[in-house]
Amino acid sequence: MNLHLLVALPVVTALFLLLLRDLRQIRLIALIGSIVQLGACFLLLDSYLDVRAAGITEPVLFKSSAAWFPSLGISFTTGVDGISLAMILLSALVVLAGVLVSWNTEHLPREYFFLLMLLSAGAYGFFISLDLFTMFFFLEVAVIPKFLLIGVWGSGRKDASALKLALMLMAGSALVFVGMLGLYFNSADSFGAHTFDLETLSMQAMSLNQQLMFFPLLFIGFGIFGALFPFHTWVPDGHSSAPTAASMFLAGISMKLGGYGCLRVAAYLMPEAANYYAPVIITLAAIAVLYGAFATLMQTDLKYINAYSSVSHCGFVLLGIGMLNQTAITGAILQMVSHGLMTALFFAAIGMLYQRTHTRMVSQLGGLLRFMPFISTVFVIAGLCSLGLPGLSGFVAEMTVFMGAWEKHDTLSRVATIASCASIVVTAVYILRATGKVIFGPVADAHHGEAGDACWNEKLAAGVLLAGILIIGITPFLLTQLIQPDIERIMFNIGRDLAY
Amino acid sequence: MTDFLHLLHHELLLSLVIVCMLILKLADRGRSGSSWSNLLNVLLLINFAGGLLIEAEGSLFDGMFRSNALLHFEKNVLSLGLLLVGLLATPYLRNHKHSAEFHILIASTLLGMFFMLSAGHMLLFYVGLELATIPLAALAAFNLNRGESSEAGAKLILSSAFSSAFLLLGISFVYGTCGSLQFEQIALTVSGNPLQLLAFTLVFTGFAFKLSIVPFHFWTADVYQGAPIPVAAYLSVISKAAVTLVFISVLYSVFGALQATWTPYLLITALLTIITGNLFAMRQDNIKRFLAFSSIAQVGFILTGILGANVDSEGIVLYFLLIYLFSNLAAFGVAGLISAATGKESILDYRGLHASNPRLAWTLTIALFSLAGVPPTAGFFGKLFLLTSGASLGNYLFIGIAALNMVVSMYYYLRIVKAMFMETTAQPIGKIPTGVAPAIALALCIAGILVSGLSGSFYEHIHLLTLSY
Repeated sequence: MNLHLLVALPVVTALFLLLLRDLRQIRLIALIGSIVQLGACFLLLDSYLDVRAAGITEPVLFKSSAAWFPSLGISFTTGVDGISLAMILLSALVVLAGVLVSWNTEHLPREYFFLLMLLSAGAYGFFISLDLFTMFFFLEVAVIPKFLLIGVWGSGRKDASALKLALMLMAGSALVFVGMLGLYFNSADSFGAHTFDLETLSMQAMSLNQQLMFFPLLFIGFGIFGALFPFHTWVPDGHSSAPTAASMFLAGISMKLGGYGCLRVAAYLMPEAANYYAPVIITLAAIAVLYGAFATLMQTDLKYINAYSSVSHCGFVLLGIGMLNQTAITGAILQMVSHGLMTALFFAAIGMLYQRTHTRMVSQLGGLLRFMPFISTVFVIAGLCSLGLPGLSGFVAEMTVFMGAWEKHDTLSRVATIASCASIVVTAVYILRATGKVIFGPVADAHHGEAGDACWNEKLAAGVLLAGILIIGITPFLLTQLIQPDIERIMFNIGRDLAY
Repeated sequence: MTDFLHLLHHELLLSLVIVCMLILKLADRGRSGSSWSNLLNVLLLINFAGGLLIEAEGSLFDGMFRSNALLHFEKNVLSLGLLLVGLLATPYLRNHKHSAEFHILIASTLLGMFFMLSAGHMLLFYVGLELATIPLAALAAFNLNRGESSEAGAKLILSSAFSSAFLLLGISFVYGTCGSLQFEQIALTVSGNPLQLLAFTLVFTGFAFKLSIVPFHFWTADVYQGAPIPVAAYLSVISKAAVTLVFISVLYSVFGALQATWTPYLLITALLTIITGNLFAMRQDNIKRFLAFSSIAQVGFILTGILGANVDSEGIVLYFLLIYLFSNLAAFGVAGLISAATGKESILDYRGLHASNPRLAWTLTIALFSLAGVPPTAGFFGKLFLLTSGASLGNYLFIGIAALNMVVSMYYYLRIVKAMFMETTAQPIGKIPTGVAPAIALALCIAGILVSGLSGSFYEHIHLLTLSY
C-alpha cells in the first residue's frame, strides 16, 4: 500500500475545500475526506496484519523512499511499523470525530476545515516519516494551523493563548532542529555523506559526550509538544481557548507527536544518553503527573479541568519512556493511544455541553443528565476512563506503565512510581466531583434543557471514539500484539547500545 | 563577436531596454500613467525572457568580465525580481508623472548589479556597485512632495558614499599589498599580512554597510520608511541579493585564504544582526520600518549560511535569496497596494483585513509565514538550510541561538497575522481593487513560495550550478 496516500488524502481534501463556498458542501466534503482517511487507515492495518501474518519480520513495512533534497541527505522516506500504525489509527479516529463535532461551524467554514485537514496531513506525515527532516517538516506543518484555529475560532483569551502555543511549540521545534543537526553532522551514509535517514542514524553509535549534548535538545524539544514539565504551560491555555475540534486535535494528536518523537527519535537514537538522563526524565514526569492532578483540583472551568488532567496523563507517557524497559514503554504507547481517544471524547462532550448551556463553569452547571442523557453518559464514560476504571482503555494503559515502572529497582524510580500511583486518587477526586456536580447534581439552570440532546453527528463522533476506548479497554491484546515486535526491536537496539 | 554578444547578452539586452524607455519617454505625447506602466512592464518581461535564452561561459576584457551558467542564473533571478517590482509598482505609479523615469532609473541599477556580479576585477566591481547605488538615491527621493522621502534619498546617498569610501580605501590597500586588482591574482597573493587584514576589514565594512549588517544598519529603517514602497522592496530584495552574491564570491574566492579572519567576523556580526533586527522589529508599528528590521534579521540568517563555507553553502544562500525574493516582494507588494489605495502604513490599520480583503490577507500571511520559516512554505527550507550550512562548523551554541531567534521572529510575523485575522478596528480598510499587474505579480510570488520549497528540484538545480563554478 502506498503510504503517500495518507498525506495526499487530507491535502487533496483541503485543496478541494478551497473551491467550495457553501457550508453544507464544505462539511460534506470534509466528512467524506475524513471517512476515506479512516478507511485508508483500516485498509493499511489490514494489509499490515496480512504481511505480518505471512511471517515477514522486517522492522518497517511498505517502505518507500524518494529523493527530496538528495545533496543534503534529505529524502522523503516513509514506512510504518506497529507503533506508527497505532498512532495513525488514533489520528484518523480523532480527525473523523473532530470533523463531526464541527458540523455547525458557521464562521468561515472553508478556512476552518481547510486548516483541520492540513493539521491532519501534518500528523499522518509525521507518523509515517522515516527521515528526520521530513518528520520535522510535518511536525511544524501541524503547528501553524493550531495558531489560526485557536486565534480565529477560539474563545476567551484566544489571541494570547494562540500566540503562546505557537511560540512555545516553535521553540520546541527549534530545539529539535538543533538536536537533529547534531545527529546529522555526526552521521555518514554508505557514501560518507551526512544523512537524516532514521535507520542509518540508528545504526551509528555517537560518542557518549555527543549524545549527552544533543539528547536534551531533542527530548526537551519533543517534550514541549508532549507537555513535559515545566514546559507544559501552553497546554491549559491552548486547550481551553481552542474550538472543540481543535482541542480534540491538540490533545488527541498533537501531544502525541511529542511522546512519539521522544521515544522514536531521542531515546531510540541516543539510548545511552536516555539512560544517563533517566532520573531527570522520571523526576520531571512524576512531577507532571502529580502537579497536573493537583492543579486540576483547583480548576472551575471544565476545559481547564481536562487540560490540566492531560498534563497529568501525558506525564505517564514520559514516565514510561523514562523507565526504558519493555513493559513501561508498551504502557507509554498504550497511554498515548488511550489518552488521545479519551481526551478527545472528553473535549467533544464538553464542547457539546457548552454549545447548549453557553457555560463551562462547573458551578453554573448541574443535573444535566435529565436534559441530555446521551451527552451526559459520554461525559461520565470519558471521566471514568480518565480515572482508570477497569474495562476502559485508561486502566490498561496506566496499569502497564506502573508495572513497567515497578521493574526498575532504584529508589528514585520507586518513589516516582508510588507518587504517580497516588495521583490516581486525586484524579478520582476531581473527576467524580465534576461529574457529580455537572451531571448528577441538582439542576442549576432549567434553561439548559431547551437545547435538547446530541444530534446525529455528535452521537456519531462520540460513538467513534467510544468504540476505540472500549476495544482497547476490553481487548488490549489487539493493540499490544500490534506494537509488541516493534517495542522489542527498540529495546534490542537500546540494550545493544547500553551493553557497550 | 558572437562570443561577446553571448557573454554580455544580459547587459546588452538591459541597456537596449533602458534606451527604448528613454526614447519612448522623449517621444511621449501625453500618454496616461497606466498605459506607461503596461508598456514598460512588457519591456521588463522581454528583458527577463530574453535573459533566459542564451547561456555562455567565458571572460572578456582580460578577465575583467566573467560569465557562466551560474552568473546567468543569478542575473535571471534578479531580472525576475525587477519584473515583479515593476508589476507591483503600477498602482503607485498610476498617479505619478515620472513613471518612465522610475523605470529607467531602476533598470539602470539592475545594469550596475549585472556588471558587479560578473566582475572579475575590483574596478569593474566598484563601477558596477556605484551604478547600482546612485540611481537608488534618486528613487528613494521619488515621492516628490514628501519631505521624508527626500530625507531618505539624502540618507541613502550619504551612507553609501561613506561605505564606498571604506570600500575604496580597502581596495587601494589590496592593490598596494597584492599588486593587482584582478580577483584571481588577489586570491593567489593574499597571505594575511597585517595590511591585508586591514584592507580586508575595510572591504568587509563597505559590504556591511550595503547589506545593513549590524552595526552598520542605521540608515536602513529610515530609508525604507521614507522611500516609496516599491523602492523599499527593491532595496530590500534585489539590491541586497546582488550584493550578497558578490559578497560571497569575494569572501570565498578572493579572500578565501583569510577564512580564519572572516569566520569570527561573520559569526559576531551574524549574531548581532539577527538579535538587533529581531528586537527592533518587535517594536515597530509602521509596516515599512517593520519590514526593514525584519529584513535586517534575515540578513543575519544569510550571514549564518555564508559562515558555513562548505560545498553546499553558496547554493543554499542563493536558494534562500530566491525564496526571500518571492516572500519579501509579496509582503511589500501587499503593503504597497494598501498604501497606494488608502495611504495607511501602520500595522494597526491592518486589523480586520481578512474580513474585507481575504485574498490580500492570505497572500500577506503566506508571505510572512515564508519569511518566518513556517512549512509548507519555501522559507522553511531556506531558513533551515541556512542554519544547516552554518552548523557545519560545529558551533551548535550559535546555531541554537539563531534557531531560537527564529522563534522570536515568529512572534512579530504572527503579530501581523493576528491583527489581520483576529482583531477588529473601528475604521477597517475597505475593499481594495488589486489591478491586473499586481495580481499577476502576487500570484507569481505565491506560486514561487509554495513550489520552490516543496519541489526539491529548485534547490538541486542551484546546488549543481554552484558546484560547477
